[in-house]
Amino acid sequence: MLKKLSIYIKQYKKYILLVPVFVFLDVLCELSMPLLMARIVDQGIPAGDMAFIIKTGIFMVMLALGAIFFGVLNMKFSTTGAIGFAANLRSALFEKVQKFSFNNIDKFSTASLVTRLTNDVNNLQVTFIMGLRLLTRAPMMLVIAFFLAYRINARLSIVLAIAIPVLVIGVLSIISQAVKRFSIMQEKIDNINRVIQENLIGIRVVKSFVRADHENTKFRNANDDFTNSAIRAISLAILNMPVMMFVMNAATIAIIWMGGKMVSTGIMGTGELISFISYIFQILFSVMMISMMIIMSARAEASSKRIIEVLDTDIDIVDNPEFALSATLEGNNPALVPAAGEQDCPQVTAGKVEFKKVDFKYSLTGSGEDVLRDVSFVAEPGQIVGIVGGTASGKSTLVNLIPRLYDATAGAVLVDGVDVRDYRLPDLREKIGVVLQTNTLFSGTIRENIMWGNEQATEEEVVTACKDAQAHDFIMSFPNGYDTVMGQGGVNVSGGQKQRLCIARAILKNPKILILDDSTSAVDMATEARIREAFYHNLADTTIFIIAQRISSVQDADKIIVLEDGCISGIGTHAELLQNNEIYREINSSQQEGVLGQ
Amino acid sequence: MSEEKREIKPQVESGPRHGPGAQMHFEKPKNTRSTLMRLVEYLAAKKFQLVLVVILMLISTAGSLAANYFLKPLINNYIIPGDFNGLARALVILACIYLVSVGATYGQSRLMLQIAQRMTNTMRRKLFAKLQILPLKYFDTHTHGELMSRFTNDIDNVQMAFEQSLVQLFSSALTFVGSIVMMIVLSPILFLVAAILLALMFFFARFFTSRSGKYFKDQQRNLGNLNGYVEEMVDGLKVVKVFNYEDKANREFQKRNEDYREAATQANFYSSVIMPVVMNLNNISYAAVALVGGLLTVMGSFDIGSLASFLQYVRQMGMPVQQISNQMNTILAALAGAERVFEVMDQPVEVDEGSVTLVGANKNTDGFVEVAHNGIHPTHWAWKVPMADGTVDYVELKGDVRFNDVTFSYEPGTTVLNHVSLYAKPGQKIAFVGSTGAGKTTITNLINRFYDIEEGTITFDGINVKSIRKDDLRKSLGMVLQDTHLFTGTVMDNLRYGRLDASDEDCIQAAKQASAHSFIKRLPQGYDTMITSDGTNLSQGQRQLLAIARAAVADPPVLILDEATSSIDTRTERLIEKGMDALMKGRTVFVIAHRLSTVRNANAIIVLEHGEIIERGDHADLLQQKGRYYRLCTGQFELT
Repeated sequence: MLKKLSIYIKQYKKYILLVPVFVFLDVLCELSMPLLMARIVDQGIPAGDMAFIIKTGIFMVMLALGAIFFGVLNMKFSTTGAIGFAANLRSALFEKVQKFSFNNIDKFSTASLVTRLTNDVNNLQVTFIMGLRLLTRAPMMLVIAFFLAYRINARLSIVLAIAIPVLVIGVLSIISQAVKRFSIMQEKIDNINRVIQENLIGIRVVKSFVRADHENTKFRNANDDFTNSAIRAISLAILNMPVMMFVMNAATIAIIWMGGKMVSTGIMGTGELISFISYIFQILFSVMMISMMIIMSARAEASSKRIIEVLDTDIDIVDNPEFALSATLEGNNPALVPAAGEQDCPQVTAGKVEFKKVDFKYSLTGSGEDVLRDVSFVAEPGQIVGIVGGTASGKSTLVNLIPRLYDATAGAVLVDGVDVRDYRLPDLREKIGVVLQTNTLFSGTIRENIMWGNEQATEEEVVTACKDAQAHDFIMSFPNGYDTVMGQGGVNVSGGQKQRLCIARAILKNPKILILDDSTSAVDMATEARIREAFYHNLADTTIFIIAQRISSVQDADKIIVLEDGCISGIGTHAELLQNNEIYREINSSQQEGVLGQ
Repeated sequence: MSEEKREIKPQVESGPRHGPGAQMHFEKPKNTRSTLMRLVEYLAAKKFQLVLVVILMLISTAGSLAANYFLKPLINNYIIPGDFNGLARALVILACIYLVSVGATYGQSRLMLQIAQRMTNTMRRKLFAKLQILPLKYFDTHTHGELMSRFTNDIDNVQMAFEQSLVQLFSSALTFVGSIVMMIVLSPILFLVAAILLALMFFFARFFTSRSGKYFKDQQRNLGNLNGYVEEMVDGLKVVKVFNYEDKANREFQKRNEDYREAATQANFYSSVIMPVVMNLNNISYAAVALVGGLLTVMGSFDIGSLASFLQYVRQMGMPVQQISNQMNTILAALAGAERVFEVMDQPVEVDEGSVTLVGANKNTDGFVEVAHNGIHPTHWAWKVPMADGTVDYVELKGDVRFNDVTFSYEPGTTVLNHVSLYAKPGQKIAFVGSTGAGKTTITNLINRFYDIEEGTITFDGINVKSIRKDDLRKSLGMVLQDTHLFTGTVMDNLRYGRLDASDEDCIQAAKQASAHSFIKRLPQGYDTMITSDGTNLSQGQRQLLAIARAAVADPPVLILDEATSSIDTRTERLIEKGMDALMKGRTVFVIAHRLSTVRNANAIIVLEHGEIIERGDHADLLQQKGRYYRLCTGQFELT
């Protein structure tokens, strides 16, 4: 797993490789201090050698200064390396996600993708910074301090040889239990957050059913559950410190006892005993640090797994390999695209759409049920094609195949006589305007949002598109007009206004094919009629697909496709279908009889 | 996330965005004193434990200070003279000191854990309960993320501070002061040497902390920018793909990622160098003390035991200096968090001055007799109106709703309803028709007092809705909204949300009435199928059917259907028509729908435009008037 992620270190490799070097020097400086102090006590003081004491003292100060120097360098390099690595990783993830097909997007929920790109990467970043510092420092500290202690007195170091495993066992058994309890606690946190979130989203339901008490009880249970599990987990985790202190103190007492005897018999100097005692702390503290790292890496492991899952996802919709070369080149530097390559790529010119015996199933539904079965039809350039049918009859799926948001399972979708799979994706989608059922607007001004359709559009083109989409008037009614800043997701416009902005955005693209997936459902009928009117006059050359619930939205289309359970039940004009299609008649009458039915 | 449906949304002031994982660092509280006082109130219940914590803290600090001092007699009196019996005795005492000190340390953190957890538990509970009584207006102007972060980031910060920082800060301060005292006792001259370096340590610690504080702010701002962008682009990923926007998104992301990387590197560097710098300044202090102490000992004015114990104190000085400057920041962040939590708690709640209540009643010749509520529906519902003379009057709940000259705006300056007067006769079906933004939903939101009007009156069975207790008013009104909002739990749980004491049979009956029974039966576990709140396992239409069934379980006298069938296709809608008719029978019903076919059989259709009623009447009347409604209908008809 580490190997997989380590390729993202890239340009920060030198920083990361240098960290252990600085750590080594830093540790060496720091650990020499007690040893030198021991010399002052054992050699300088008894001999009354002032010059030796001063010389050694100054040497110690120099070493401390050296330690500052190496310590700062270590921090500089580990920070730069770890955060740089995280930035590379984040960027690789983001680019990967941008390549995702609709199928890939459906597999991960949006929320989970966002968490992976934010929390998980940040988790790794924190772990990596800490790891880089501690994981190099603690083992070196442990080894060198143990070595020095051993050099001072081999017999005394037996105490350490006993203390270390005792501490390791103690700390690890606490940690392994604590990890379990922390994961329970995490569940409870998720639970509590879920209750809050649902309550906030459904606050109108809560209020209209007068369920505040019920919600409070629900929350109190979740809250108490969480508190209890937190206390259970944390109370165990805070045992670590007392255990460490206990082991350290026991070792200290043992060493003073044994060492004290040696000092008075002259085998060992007082200074050596004092420095030995300070090594106890260094060694045992390192052991603690290493165990802490184990916990942290367990947490990071979960995050890494989730990140790798995204990185390893196979993109199921990619350009025909023939274009792969020119595509990558273009991505890096447009100037490098060979002129010949450009000519080889087919382009959408007229907007003719043809379905040939198309079957489709979502690879993820698992049930393996066909969403579309044996769908064939032709839409000539400039035609308006209406698509009606019940919920889940496959309407959206059908139009999503045209810009290759999904690939047909069998059969072929042709645009201008060329299989959509033989276009370069950007070329194909450039010429197709899509207004999805779930619209998204982005933060920024209204103008910026509309200009997603065409970055180079002039003010006049923007206004024309908005007029066609019947959005101009309400935009102008805002104090700041086209410069009105939208909240994220377009929170400050109504559903119908949002839909009209999305239509304007798609029209501005000046597409050969325009797809409207139930995108006027929140627009009132009068306005919708005006939008359609504008299509007839101003987008006469564009092939338009309209998915609608309302018959009135499609009844004057050149061709209406009636879908039922993924199959075409009828194709024809409104009049024809009224004559020969039972389902269409039913839908129609269900909407008509109320109007002038009496 | 689904958004509240409202005709006109107030412009949401978007403050600094904090994406997931963003924490507030180093934010200064504004009103420290009063925030502190209120936190103290939360702690008041734990007075006894707190006193115990202070005692334990004193014991553990004194213990660790004493243990260090012990080195002096150990070395001078026993080790150097070779008194092993004395050494053994002394070590036993030392062991006791250690044990007490370790025990006290654990006891104190265990107690603080308990105190902090209970305290934040109470805070969360109060905050949540507060949210339940805040007016809807508050939710319109605050994002869910913002309110969530009160629960997560802010209360977490408080918890952290109380669980660890507070004790650490005090015990560090105690250790610090205690060490200084002990050093002075051991050797005033050596203390002067150590003091100079101590001052340096403090200076550097503060310097780097404030420096990194500045960069951390930068980092958080950049992280917010970055995460906000990620959220938006991933949320709108399908649109990104449809518009070939991937490269542009990548470029913008690169920019923000790089900005964040730079800021984060700076912030983390400055905060991380504190450790090596302070620790090694401490080492310099150690060296200087060893040097000067060594010289003093040679000159005979000091001894090895004292030097050893002095050096131990010097060693331990680095920790408290670092801790104090670290923990101060955590505590400031906690105060700022607590302040934000209290800010929510101080919001004015929904005004409810109503005294009229809703009771079940049986009708007899003299009027109404109140019946105790025992889960069985009474024959009638009545408003219990307290009179000035102390008696009560019962008014039958009929569902007579009148708007008298009502003017309303969500935000001053933008009138949503303008002098609206209307009259719904009991048992009638009243439909609202109009363009998006005409004020249809607003009218229903005023009937149940989600918002209060500033001009005019709304009466319910002749009683001003303002004098009806809000809970009772809303109990009398069932709502089915376009955004269905189900809760995590089984289908049955969700149906029972309508009436908590409803039996399984009641719920199934209601589901049958709403034509939801057949699809529920086909779910993997039938009525026990778990629903997730984002409802991925149900179609929008199925969710709407469940919401209708939920309202049917509530069995309210008045129903409000706000685009309740908008996601159900017209053929299915026709299939459930019978159920809907049965549901509406005998109730006053307010219907909002885009589809004219849904409203055609209403007793009165009210056509709204720009917050004003432009037409009213039944279907036939309106067609005869040949106005807006006529144009809407014929518009559709002509196209046939």
